Amino acid sequence: MLSVKHVNKSYKKGGLFTRERQQVLSNISFDWQQGECLGIIGESGSGKSTLGQLLLGINEPDQGRILWDGKRVKDRKTRLGNISAVFQDYTSSINPFYTVEQALMEPLMLHKKMRQAHQGNIDQLLHQVGLDSSYRQKYAHELSGGEAQRVCIARAVSTEPRCIVLDEAISSLDGSVQIQILELLKNLKTMYSMGYIFITHDIRAAAYICDRVMILRNGHIVEIVNVEQLKDVQSPYARHLLQMVIT
Amino acid sequence: MNSLEVSNLKIWDSRTGKVLVPHSSFHVKQRSCLAIVGESGSGKSLTCRAIMRLNKALLHQSGEILLQGVNLTKLSEKEMRKKRGKQLCMIVQNGMRAFDPSCVVGVHLKETLAWHYGWGRDDITVKMKRAMESVMLKDPLAIMNSYPHQLSGGMLQRVMIALAIVLEPDVVIADEPTTALDTITQFEVIEQFIQLRTRMNCAMIFVSHDLAVVKRIADEMLVMKDGAIVERGATRDIFSAAQHEYTRFLVSTGLTLDHHFNKIMGGVSHAEC
Repeated sequence: MLSVKHVNKSYKKGGLFTRERQQVLSNISFDWQQGECLGIIGESGSGKSTLGQLLLGINEPDQGRILWDGKRVKDRKTRLGNISAVFQDYTSSINPFYTVEQALMEPLMLHKKMRQAHQGNIDQLLHQVGLDSSYRQKYAHELSGGEAQRVCIARAVSTEPRCIVLDEAISSLDGSVQIQILELLKNLKTMYSMGYIFITHDIRAAAYICDRVMILRNGHIVEIVNVEQLKDVQSPYARHLLQMVIT
Repeated sequence: MNSLEVSNLKIWDSRTGKVLVPHSSFHVKQRSCLAIVGESGSGKSLTCRAIMRLNKALLHQSGEILLQGVNLTKLSEKEMRKKRGKQLCMIVQNGMRAFDPSCVVGVHLKETLAWHYGWGRDDITVKMKRAMESVMLKDPLAIMNSYPHQLSGGMLQRVMIALAIVLEPDVVIADEPTTALDTITQFEVIEQFIQLRTRMNCAMIFVSHDLAVVKRIADEMLVMKDGAIVERGATRDIFSAAQHEYTRFLVSTGLTLDHHFNKIMGGVSHAEC
């Protein structure tokens, strides 16, 4: 279980000598339950990607704590095998000098006990994300966007984490490929009984996959709501946001 | 009357001889909007850039492109430059890359307008101010004095639309203008596109892979696959009764998300409220 308590984060503003800081997240608190899919929705600049970075421990909050089963998420050992990530930009997520096989082996090599066990499982991983074993020797630039994103998902799944943070993972893909990836994520979720934190600006996609949705605005949590109750949102901003969806 | 007529357009790579767009013909009527739909790599952007004659030198093209009866393929580069912007306007996907990062946005606007119309500085400022206010940009003067990196993607996209309004082109080509934007800005930019059409007598080519957006804005649509046009027709017909298997696949997958969303929202279409 992941719990976020009173997290604040600010960045230094532009100029070399200014002390001014821009508040990106203020007083964020929420809990993520095991096996749940939590959506984080917001406009660009609302701080959702920063929040994703904090959850992954690649960035540190100014104040507040982020705990995974009571241990600090900043600590590598806490994250190992528990949290992994898939990012939006699939072209820069895979080392260009690595083949797909090497890319998939990368997280497994860090995982001592998995090293031998998973040697032969690359094929199975690829198969699970809808690719066949002919992809093992391919390089990242030979893959299309959807294929590259599948490899990234396979890599995130390989250590069988309990939570995957997906930061705009489907936003730069085509409509039909988006659906395929969403279906894939749904299947993997039941297969590995893991959960997601799904960061996106696409409310429709979030409604499709998430159990619970958090709406973020200017670094504040506006509302956290179950997907079934999405139409009954209370705050004016959340309503406005839902009306803006083009269907 | 047809604003733009493309016939037998063929695009190929001169190094490998690989044909990227084999044989494509279509036309856009005045005051109508044609959407080009397809997955990435289907040749949508290539077709747009071929109309603008902005493809890389290694990509060769043949066929006829008639803009108000003038064949663009026969024009010299110098004459073509006069057409670009003034008669053919292109709005690209990424606003950040469309403007010169080393000068303020106003410089770009002044340069473009001075080149095409020879207007003076004050004239331009007044006209741009009016256009920018009409696309819901607050404080136009401050925007003209800021650098592209200081503005958001949606704002830059609207600055480009404002410029298109002032230029009064015959054809506006919008190449995935909303793909890089978030939901709220996307909605606002689409609204501006719809207004742009009603306000001016221009024809529009709207390239997108987002079918929800296409459904909202386009009168007619083309479906492209691997460079070839597989289906064409009125937007309503294609959404209700697509002939080609690929189109049906695109429409059904594209609408899966919408249906699910509408189901959650209680079957009420919220875009119209």
